[in-house]
Amino acid sequence: MQELERVGQGSVRVTRKSDKLVIVEKDLATEQMVLAMGPQHPSTHGVLKLECLTDGEVITEAIPCLGYLHRCFEKCCENVDYPAIVPYTDRLDYLSGMNSEFAYALAVEKLLDLEIPRRVEFIRVIVSELNRIASHLVAIGTYGIDLGAFTPFLFCFRDREIILGLLEWASGARMLYNYIWIGGLACDVPADFLKRVREFIAYFRPKAVELQELLTGNEIFVKRTYGIGIMPADVAINYGWSGPMLRGSGVKWDLRRNDPYSVYPELDFKVVVPDGKLSVIGDCLSRHLVRAVEMEESLKIIEQCIDKIPSSEGFNSRVAIPKRIRPKAGEVYSRAENPRGELGFYIESDGKSTKPVRCKARSSCFVNLSAMKDLSKGQLIPDLVAIIGSIDIVLGEVDR
Amino acid sequence: MLRIHGLLSSGSEKLPGLNLTIRFIPGKMEEGKEVSRSVQESAAAYKIIQERFGTAVSALDANETMPFFEVLESGSWFEIALYMRDHAKLKFNYMACMSGVDYPAEGKVGIICNFQSLALLNHKLAVKVKCDRDGGCIPSVSRVWHTANWHEREAYDLFGMMFTGHPELKRILCPDDWEGYPLRKDYKVQERYHGIKVPY
Repeated sequence: MQELERVGQGSVRVTRKSDKLVIVEKDLATEQMVLAMGPQHPSTHGVLKLECLTDGEVITEAIPCLGYLHRCFEKCCENVDYPAIVPYTDRLDYLSGMNSEFAYALAVEKLLDLEIPRRVEFIRVIVSELNRIASHLVAIGTYGIDLGAFTPFLFCFRDREIILGLLEWASGARMLYNYIWIGGLACDVPADFLKRVREFIAYFRPKAVELQELLTGNEIFVKRTYGIGIMPADVAINYGWSGPMLRGSGVKWDLRRNDPYSVYPELDFKVVVPDGKLSVIGDCLSRHLVRAVEMEESLKIIEQCIDKIPSSEGFNSRVAIPKRIRPKAGEVYSRAENPRGELGFYIESDGKSTKPVRCKARSSCFVNLSAMKDLSKGQLIPDLVAIIGSIDIVLGEVDR
Repeated sequence: MLRIHGLLSSGSEKLPGLNLTIRFIPGKMEEGKEVSRSVQESAAAYKIIQERFGTAVSALDANETMPFFEVLESGSWFEIALYMRDHAKLKFNYMACMSGVDYPAEGKVGIICNFQSLALLNHKLAVKVKCDRDGGCIPSVSRVWHTANWHEREAYDLFGMMFTGHPELKRILCPDDWEGYPLRKDYKVQERYHGIKVPY
């Protein structure tokens, strides 16, 4: 029998000292520990750093540190003229470039009071809804990876590649399109484009169901997300949440419906909110479900657009583009529903220059992420990963 | 779980009983011109604020793209913000955006906040608050809307105005030891940052 020896006061640790086992009452550190998560961490979806103050496995505070991808978007905008800003907007949210371009074009068109040809409007909606699906596929796929499900990621990227192929066919670029210009489009879509989009919809419908079953039918995935990171609706609004995040909290709010732009008023689609049967309203699973169901709504929108779009006969996509873009003195705040929420542009023009005096991008991820401190309080470290994944941030838009 | 009730459908009918006299800024908009429904709603909301705060707020600039008013006494901004959020006919529960702006000609910097009564009354309004370029202060509204917390940090980071009462006013996009305020019009890029050449 080995003799045990107690040393000191406090917590207990057993160590071997020569041939004797000694219980050393180590003065274990009971104060909180700072754990830096990121900026290079696979679960932070980019260069986000979270300074977590942890008490054992429990997070008492998680402070996001941003700016690792700050590229002075707003300063750049003040130095180039209006059309030259379009490529920069692609690089804000690089997973949904079409949507960002669309939002920017809408803002300047509002300032210019431009009339846009109908076919242009429909093409814009088609490409941006396609891009919304592609963006949600990345969000869902990477969320699966965060929580240990690898297969959905591969499925998502397989289908996303088809969308990127379609958009490349239309615009010439995979992700950074520079396709939606102020007052028009860079070019009309190729001859068979709409036919191919229709084929894609037929192909993707069952795949979306399959994907949904893979994740929400998976018990591990549900257990990792159910009831985690609950955000009540009124707090979500106070935090300025928008998009799938806000809808995940049960607020029926979609800018395509509530502040309609382009041809959205003519289209029939549902604003997706969780019903509380599968998930707790406002938790990570609700936010995931909203994205998953929204893809189906996007497919519906695209189908309707293909049915309604005017023919390409005698169509010039650049006919409404002004030769020289110099808006009257004034300000505008215009917004559009992006895959991640409300992307707004505040633009101020002095009426003399062809460059904006001020161009501010109100980024949805930036605002959504600001609730991190409240969301993560009292959560476990593995749940923090689930929460960040459900916010679906793109650091290009957070840092600008 | 909390739910928001009373979602308004966006109809295009005229607002009943809304016969307003809007004070226009000369040159910005001619009197008697047809005003869209959203601007009418903004004007109605502005009128309630103006009745309460009188000369602390400027006249409404009822333009079509972004109707706004300016807070002339920046000291009362916090009180106005609370009033805007909590008044039963205003209910601006959602701060969509806050952008900092530099006005070198006036020697001022300022913020522009875009509000909406989200899912309640659905009207929109923008507010401008200005302060001195050197050492100017604006009351922080981060206790009224959580959104303002990071937006104020961003405005401070890029324009250099202070927000009194902000819980942690420090840079957010630029590094903590960055010099100068990048979005000011007269900003000169620093030569070197930790031995790294900055302009390239």
